[in-house]
This record gives sequence, C-alpha cells and structure tokens, in this order.
Amino acid sequence: MMIEQTEPATPTRERPDAPVTTPGKVGEHTERADGVPKVKGEFEYSSDLWMDGMLWGATLRSPHPHANIWSIDTAEAEEMPGVQAVLTHEDVPGRKVYGMEVPDQPVLAWERVRYQGEAVAIVAADHPETARRALEKISVQYEVLDPLTDPEEAMKEDAPRLHLSGNVLKRINILHGDVAEASASADVVVSGEYEVGMQDQAFLGPESGLAVPDGQGGVDLYISTQWLHLDRDQVADSLGLDPEQVRLTLSGVGGAFGGREDLSMQIHACLLALETGRPVKMAYNREESFFGHVHRHPAKMRYEHGATRDGELLYVKARLVFDGGAYASSSIAVCTNAATFACGPYEVPNARIESHMLYTNNPPCGAMRGFGAVQVCFAHEAQMDKLANELGMDPLELRIKNAVRPGIRFPFGQEVPPPAPVRVILERVGDMPLPEEEEVMGRDLRRLPGGVSNVTHGEGVRRGVGYAVGYKNIGFSAGFDDYSTARVTLSIEEGEPLVRIHTAAAEVGQGLITVEAQIARTELGVERVAVLQADTRVGSAGSTSASRQTYMTGAAVKQACEQVRARIFQKVREEYADEDLAIEDGDIVSGGESVVSLAELLGGEEIEETVEFHHRETEPLDERGQGNAHLQFAFAAHRAVVEVDTELGLVRVVEVATAQDVGKAMNPQALEGQIEGGIAQGLGLALLEEIQIKEGKIQNASFTDYLIPTILDMPSVRAEILELADPEAPYGLKGAGEPPTIASTPAIVAALRDATGRELARVPVKPEQIVGIAEKPPSEPPQPGSRGYSGIGHLDEREEH
Amino acid sequence: MEFHSPDSWREALEVKAAQPEAVAIFGGTDVMVDLNFDRERPGAVLDLTRVPELGEWGEGDGRLRVGAGVTYTRIISELGSELPGLAMASRTVGSPQIRNRGTVGGNLGTASPAGDALPPLYVSDAEVELASTNGTRRVPVVEFITGPKRNAMRPDELIAAFHIPRAEGPQQYAKIGTRNAMVIAVCAFGLALRPERKRVGACLGSAAPTPVRAREAEEFIESVLDWDSRGEIGDTELRRFGELVGEAASPISDVRGTAAYRTHAVGVLARRTLGWAWDEYRRGE
Ligand SMILES: Cc1cc2nc3c(=O)[nH]c(=O)nc-3n(C[C@H](O)[C@H](O)[C@H](O)COP(=O)(O)OP(=O)(O)OC[C@H]3O[C@@H](n4cnc5c(N)ncnc54)[C@H](O)[C@@H]3O)c2cc1C
Repeated sequence: MMIEQTEPATPTRERPDAPVTTPGKVGEHTERADGVPKVKGEFEYSSDLWMDGMLWGATLRSPHPHANIWSIDTAEAEEMPGVQAVLTHEDVPGRKVYGMEVPDQPVLAWERVRYQGEAVAIVAADHPETARRALEKISVQYEVLDPLTDPEEAMKEDAPRLHLSGNVLKRINILHGDVAEASASADVVVSGEYEVGMQDQAFLGPESGLAVPDGQGGVDLYISTQWLHLDRDQVADSLGLDPEQVRLTLSGVGGAFGGREDLSMQIHACLLALETGRPVKMAYNREESFFGHVHRHPAKMRYEHGATRDGELLYVKARLVFDGGAYASSSIAVCTNAATFACGPYEVPNARIESHMLYTNNPPCGAMRGFGAVQVCFAHEAQMDKLANELGMDPLELRIKNAVRPGIRFPFGQEVPPPAPVRVILERVGDMPLPEEEEVMGRDLRRLPGGVSNVTHGEGVRRGVGYAVGYKNIGFSAGFDDYSTARVTLSIEEGEPLVRIHTAAAEVGQGLITVEAQIARTELGVERVAVLQADTRVGSAGSTSASRQTYMTGAAVKQACEQVRARIFQKVREEYADEDLAIEDGDIVSGGESVVSLAELLGGEEIEETVEFHHRETEPLDERGQGNAHLQFAFAAHRAVVEVDTELGLVRVVEVATAQDVGKAMNPQALEGQIEGGIAQGLGLALLEEIQIKEGKIQNASFTDYLIPTILDMPSVRAEILELADPEAPYGLKGAGEPPTIASTPAIVAALRDATGRELARVPVKPEQIVGIAEKPPSEPPQPGSRGYSGIGHLDEREEH
Repeated sequence: MEFHSPDSWREALEVKAAQPEAVAIFGGTDVMVDLNFDRERPGAVLDLTRVPELGEWGEGDGRLRVGAGVTYTRIISELGSELPGLAMASRTVGSPQIRNRGTVGGNLGTASPAGDALPPLYVSDAEVELASTNGTRRVPVVEFITGPKRNAMRPDELIAAFHIPRAEGPQQYAKIGTRNAMVIAVCAFGLALRPERKRVGACLGSAAPTPVRAREAEEFIESVLDWDSRGEIGDTELRRFGELVGEAASPISDVRGTAAYRTHAVGVLARRTLGWAWDEYRRGE
C-alpha cells in the first residue's frame, strides 16, 4: 500500500533547492555533487541540523545486560532548570515496541532490560549538557540478573527465556540430495569449526536527527536512515498517529552499511518534540553510537566437506549458530541468507545445512554489508583451502572445478540464473600478475608490517597469497514484495529543459543520486537534472540495503523517464513527425534531423510520471529449505597478498586483487569506491574489527579500541570489472555494494595461512593467533608451505579469553 | 567553565597558584578526549598555547632543555639528530594532526603507561622541570611518573620543560600496535646506547603500570657488549637480552592484547632494536 502525502500545513524547515547537476550518462565516470562539499566540511550531515529554539534530547541507557526494572523515578530530573521533558515507557502513546521483522524491542524499556545500553528514559532540555546531567538524576531501580550470553546455552531447554516466544529466533534447515549416501562414498573429508567476531558498521556520522512538531498533532522528522517509509510507519505506530501525520525527510547520511536500518533515536526525538511542542535534536556521540545500532552477527560454524579424490565436491554439512542478541532486528533474514549461501558459489549435489539464530543478552545484531553471506564465506572458503590441501590440489583449481554455472541448482533448490561467471572471475584473479616481490631489508617502514612503528626492518617477514570467492543475493528475497517509486518531471526552466527526480531512496554515501541523474540524462537526452531531497511525500523506495537501490530505484527512475519520453513523443507525433524519434541535447530528432526543441515543444507545460517498480516475485523457503528465494546473485573473487611478521604477528596487506561481475558499470568512479571501500571493510574484519564483549558488556565502545583500517593499512587494489548483462535487470546491472566485502576477508586470512602455516579459524585474526600464543609462551611455529597451505591441518592454539 | 589564556609564563603560574584545580591544556589531544567522553568536567581550563617559552628549546649545561609545548612534529623535524629515539617515538604517535598538536609536556602530564614519549626519556635519564610561583625544581622522569596516569606534579605546578642529554650513541624506539598507524601501544620498547660510559638504557612501555627500565637486561648486555672493538653480538646474547626484557614486564591482558603476547613481543622488540642499534654503532655512525 502506498500513502500519498500532502504538504504539511506548516512547513517546518525550509527545503533547500536540489542542486542541478550536469553531465554524465550511464556508464560514464560521473562526479558526485556532494563530493566537494563533503571534503570541505560544508555538507550538512544530520548531526549538523539546527533550528532556532530547538531542544536537545538525551537517552538514559541500561548499564546492565539483563535486569528487572522495579521502578523509574524521574521527579528530580524534571525539576532541573532547563529540563523540558522526561519521558518513560508510560509516555509512549501508541505501540510500545518496534522492530522491522518482529516488533519485540521496547521503545523505552519496562519491566526488563535485555542488553547493556537499552533505552530506558529520554530527556529534552535547553542545552545538551543539561540533558545529559538530567539523565544522572533519573533513578532506576534494577534487579540485576545473570546475563545469558552464549547462544549454545540459550538453545538449551532449561535456559531462562528472554522473550515469551523462547530464545530461538529462527531456525532454517536446508536438505538437498542425500548427504548420508554421499558421505559414504566420499574419498576425502575435511571438517573444521570457524568463528566470526562481532563487527560494527562504524559509520562515521553517528545517529542523529531533528524532530519538529507541526502544531497540529503531527511531526516532521529530518533523519539519517536507510528506509524512510519503514521508519515512518514504525514511528507513527508508536506515536499513535496516522502515517500521514509523520513526515520524514532524509538529511545528510554519514554512512550506513546496514546499521541504520533499525530505528535509533527516531521515535524518541518525535516523542520529545510532541511533548514539548518544540523542535528536538538528538545526536549520539561515538560511544553511544556503539549502543545505538545493531552489529554484525557473531557466528560459530561447524563444517564438513566431502569430495572425490579428484576434487569433485560431493556434500557439505554445516551447522551455523548466530548470536542475534537481545532483539530480533533483521536476524530472521540473516539466518535465511546465511543458510542459503552456506556452501558458497559451488556445485554441491548434497547438502545439509542448519542455521540457528538465538536471542541472548548481548547487543542486538542485524544488518551489515554482506548480511549473513560474510560469515559463511569465511568458513566455506577456509574449508575449500583445507580440502585443496588434503587433496594436494591447487586451491584455485579446486574452486574453479566446482564453480556453479547457469542451469544447475543451488542447494536451496533455485536454478542458477545466467550469467554466473564464477569460473571466469576465479580465472581472472588467478591470471593477474602478482605484485613484485620487493627486497624486505632497507624498505621504507611504511611498506613493512607495523609501519612507522618500526618493529621490523625485514626480520621475520614472510609473504603469503590467498584466494576466495563469495556471492550473495541482490534485492529483497523470500516472497517479500520489493518495490521502489520514482517521480520524474520534465519542464522548461529559464529556457532550458530540466528533469526533476523525486524518490524516497536514501543516499547513504554510495552515489545513488548521481546514478539517478545519469539515468535521466541517458533516457531523456537532457543535460540538467535535479535530484530532490528524498522524503515521504513520494512513495516508498524500499531500503538502501541488499545492494538493491541502483537496481530497484534505478529501474523506477528509468521507467518513469520512459513514460515521460513516450508522452513527449506522443506530442511530437501529433504536431511534427513520427519517424525514428529521439531526444538529443534537448532537441527532438527524427531520422537524424532536429525537428523541434524541447523548450519550444513544452513551453510552460510540465510532464510528470510516477512509477512503482516491483521486481520479479520470489518465494519463501519451504520446510526443506527449498525455494526460488532470491532475485539476483552477485559474485566477486579476491586474491590477497600479505606480508606477515611471523614472530610478532603483525601484518601488512600488500595487495588485494578482485574480479567482480557488475552487469553494467553504471558509474565507474562510484563502483571503484564501492570496491575499495568494501575491501577495506573486509580487511577490517580479517585483522582488526571486533566489538569485544564480556558478560554482555561492550569493552571497546570507542575508536581508540575498535580499530578500523587507516589509509596506511589499506593495500593497493587491482580490480577487473566484468559487465555480463543480467537480462532481467535495468541496463543489465547487478548490485555492487556488498560483494567486495564478502570474499576479501577469507582471501586475506588464506594468505595469512599460506605465510604462517597456522589454521587461523577465527576472525579478526589477532597477533596472538599468528604467533601461536594463548596465555603461554609461543611454541615453535609450524613450517609454512610455499603457497601450498601445508600447515592448515594444524591445530590453532589460541584459547578463548 | 572558566577559560584562562595567559600570554606569559609568569601569569600562567599565577593562575595555577590561585586556582590549583584548573586543568592545563596544550595540544588538548588528551584533555579534549576526556571532556568529550565526559570523564572530566573541570571548573577551569588553563590554556598554555600562548606562552612563548613553552615552545622553545635550547642547549645548556651539556643538556638540551625542551619546552613542554614543543610538538611531536617539531621534535621530528628539529631534534631528529639530537634526540633520535624521541623522534622515532614521535613518529609513531597518532596521525599528522595529532603530531601537530600533541606535545611531550602533555604526554608527561597524562602519564599514561602507553605514552610513547616516555620510554625515550627514561632511557636517557631525562628530568622534568616543574615550576610554580614558588620556584622551579627538576625531577628525574622515573620519579616524576608515579603510577598509571599519576605523576609527581603538585597542584600549583606546571611542567616547564624536560632536560635530556643529546644522544650519545644510537637510539631506537619500536612500538607494537595491531593497526599500522594511529594506535595505542600494545607494548613498546625504547633503547639508548651510551658508548662513552659503556651503558645501555632499556625501557618497556605499555607493559606495566608505568614505563619500566629493564635494569637486569641492561646490566647483562653492558657486560657482554664489546664496546671497544665493536664486535658482533652473539645470537644467544641477543636472545638473552630479549628474555630479560620480557621478564621486566608485568603486563595485563586487555582488549588490546594478552599479557603473554606483550611479554613475548617486547622481548622480540628488545632483541631486534638492540641488533639495529649495535649495527649502527659498529658502522661507526
Ligand atoms: C587520535 C589520538 C591518537 C593518539 N595517539 C597517541 C599515540 O600514538 N601515542 C601517545 O603517546 N599518545 C597518543 N595520543 C595521546 C596524546 O596525543 C598524547 O598524550 C600527547 O602527548 C598529549 O599532548 P597534548 O599537548 O595534546 O596534551 P593535552 O591534552 O593538552 O594535556 C594532556 C595532559 O597534560 C597536562 N598538561 C599539558 N601541558 C602541561 C603543562 N605544560 N604543565 C602541566 N600539565 C600539562 C594536561 O593538564 C593534561 O592532563 C593520542 C591522542 C589522540 C586523540
């Protein structure tokens, strides 16, 4: 259903004019309009929003991962000068819970808190400092309970139930072929247990927004988010308002990566604004941001692969256990995704996959770039290397041999659609020249592990090479009616044609607004395009996630442009000519001859079309985990070259080479950004990034100790882009945002294994693991193979701590 | 919050005497973090960046006197040959922005066990010059740092400068961080050879509640080194030196690394840096 909205009776914040951009058609390097302002610090992010007379909101959060709440006393806080409102769950007029898949998360906690950092009360005050101080005056009586922090424990019958529905949030079983029979005939079997730590999206712009009451019971919210309409519906539900009374406008988004799919301060700011009748701004600081959004699911994965002696995969058994944390977020979809991609892009005739998603008292986990595909890719690629080693086969060759191809079926039953160039991308990364080996001694420190920290002048440094390939779905899956809306208007302004594009699609830094304009220029032959600020005055665009916006909103914009063009041609046919019509540089051309300019044809008239584009229907998985669940698949392969100081466990990634099929490189410059950024994030997971949790409490909620790669950690990237068109997709394109993150992590770890001979079954890999230390002195390091992965069977000696 | 911004040292000391609780700020790269994280809410801040003397350095009584406000960037560019160990340590600090603002005075004020400027001061027996309206005193850096984030500065005092001998031989500094830049030391090691006196200074950073001199390791290696004929150090001796340095550590396990890794790694750094420094000495540089 789509709800059309009217202008608010009292427009609350002046709408800035959308900048008019020129040139750049589909496929051309096109500069982003927000690039220069961002570099200069002139871009308005949501944390920069300002309105005269606005109040500042702040959030009281539970210090305990698990506790009963016996009472909340706000009296003292309310009396503080400058404090305008103190609200608790009692003040939530509508639905007291929210959630994208399962509304299980309290807007403000009552009775129980289930994770450290859960919101309990909110305050609005004249000054942000006053608001923060008021939080200290709220007294909450907690009865601290033991936190349930291990998903395996949570699965047990006698575990305390964190939610009425129990602790199992989702379970998926995929049964494909006959694993029992296949395992009887396997010549070679390898198994392993793998673990992925909790990664954070670490977007640079913390959660923030501004809520402005409209004086008639409704509210305008200016916000950084990934999906305006889903936010709007959830906000309206909790405020007890009609959706039309809640208008959202996208403000400057400083990165998202999945972490802005769930609500953070949206409802809170609106509650405070409606209570006080004044604009209320909320902006988390860095520490609060770690508690303000969901993270990537930590996973423990047990795998068994069986193959024939010549390396043909016979079966895969996998048991995946994900820690969903305290609330559902998008965990159900992650659980499904992980199950479907558990075997990797390989032809696996028999498979038995169990995927479990559990509630615990750890921080809630949800969407993050790669969405379930990242965790399993780390495991299945480690397994492929182990198998190659066992078979004495080249790891790349084993992968190529088993690569999926169009026409066969994935283990979840869906036929592999063309193009599925897994073999080709693997061959491409294999064929790319390796970076030259540079003499280690006497090198510039910045090109050694540890960099200018001066830990090695070449001592202990060994090189390793590793490969990995991964894949993932593009767009929403499993029967979800996924659509996007675009409104395109063509008019003549100051004598020149101008196209306006209006969608609710969130630009989160990926360059969508640039692509929208490129599409309009391509379809309408007009230079000047203005992409209006995304808001809820137009229909939903769906989420900026699942690498889907260029596909979905791109298709909607394209179709709207086509309809506008059809109307123009209709006019031309009535008055001028009807042969072989085209629009070029603002002129109507017929058979190569200019017949009339758009300016003359339209005069003062505006042509406007609104299109809702729905993608092909998908199906939910059946009880055997079978179904045509996904719309489109995107594949990327990576080769990593690392240098490891084997004695200190420090790493320099020398180069990551990648081959990715994108169907159509819509904007090569933006694509490069996605590939390099995705690799940086994959490198972060491989080596650095983990939210460390002890008994449900985050130990490193800051950028001092949650380390993301710096430019000195980032290797050079060599990329080969394949443009094999998907016949169903607009321009043949494939979503490109997530694939760079998926296989880059396992490729780097494979290279580390090659260099060190250690098993390295957990990411992020710590120096301790590389040198083989737990709480004891290092043992003699195993001997590494020369790209032979010979040590992979060795036991990793890292202990949990 | 009161904000004082005196433009003379005299005035700064007077403010501090009148308001001992005022928090001094120079580069602000520690102070501002504390404010932002709400760890501190000082009633008064004393900005020292307008006091010209603090940004000066010079030579006297055979030692260098470096003002508390000399930034890491300037130490690297102006004092690289006089104080190579400190310059190497400075290069490992944060990012260019932090090195442009951050100062050794601030590092001393913070007295973090991970402070990168500290081991180079320890190995050269540097002294900290403290001043108040009642006069100045010089305190050896080992006595100045009294515990994690604790120092011997009295409430009415400010850090004026540190005094340190010009390098008498090769120096080294090495730091372990899990990231290749912008990282707090997991552990670190500073080394100074003083061939004239046949002495070696060795100091561990981030491996105990304060930086610690590895006295046993120093004594061992001093007795082994062939100072006069500049002979090679045997591998066994290098390893033993590393082990003794490791034994001087009393590290903890935390989010940045385990105690066992710190002990191991600081030993490796000790062995390697000694090798580099000795090679340099042998080459007669
Ligand atoms: C992003 C980032 C990265 C960092 N990386 C590193 C790193 O790699 N290594 C490292 O060691 N540190 C690092 N730091 C910490 C910091 O930069 C250093 O400790 C620096 O030396 C502090 O100097 P400052 O002048 O900025 O001190 P300020 O923040 O101004 O002051 C620090 C302390 O010293 C006191 N103080 C300053 N000057 C005086 C004075 N003249 N008299 C008396 N007290 C004084 C202040 O009151 C305060 O207690 C980092 C900080 C940041 C923000």
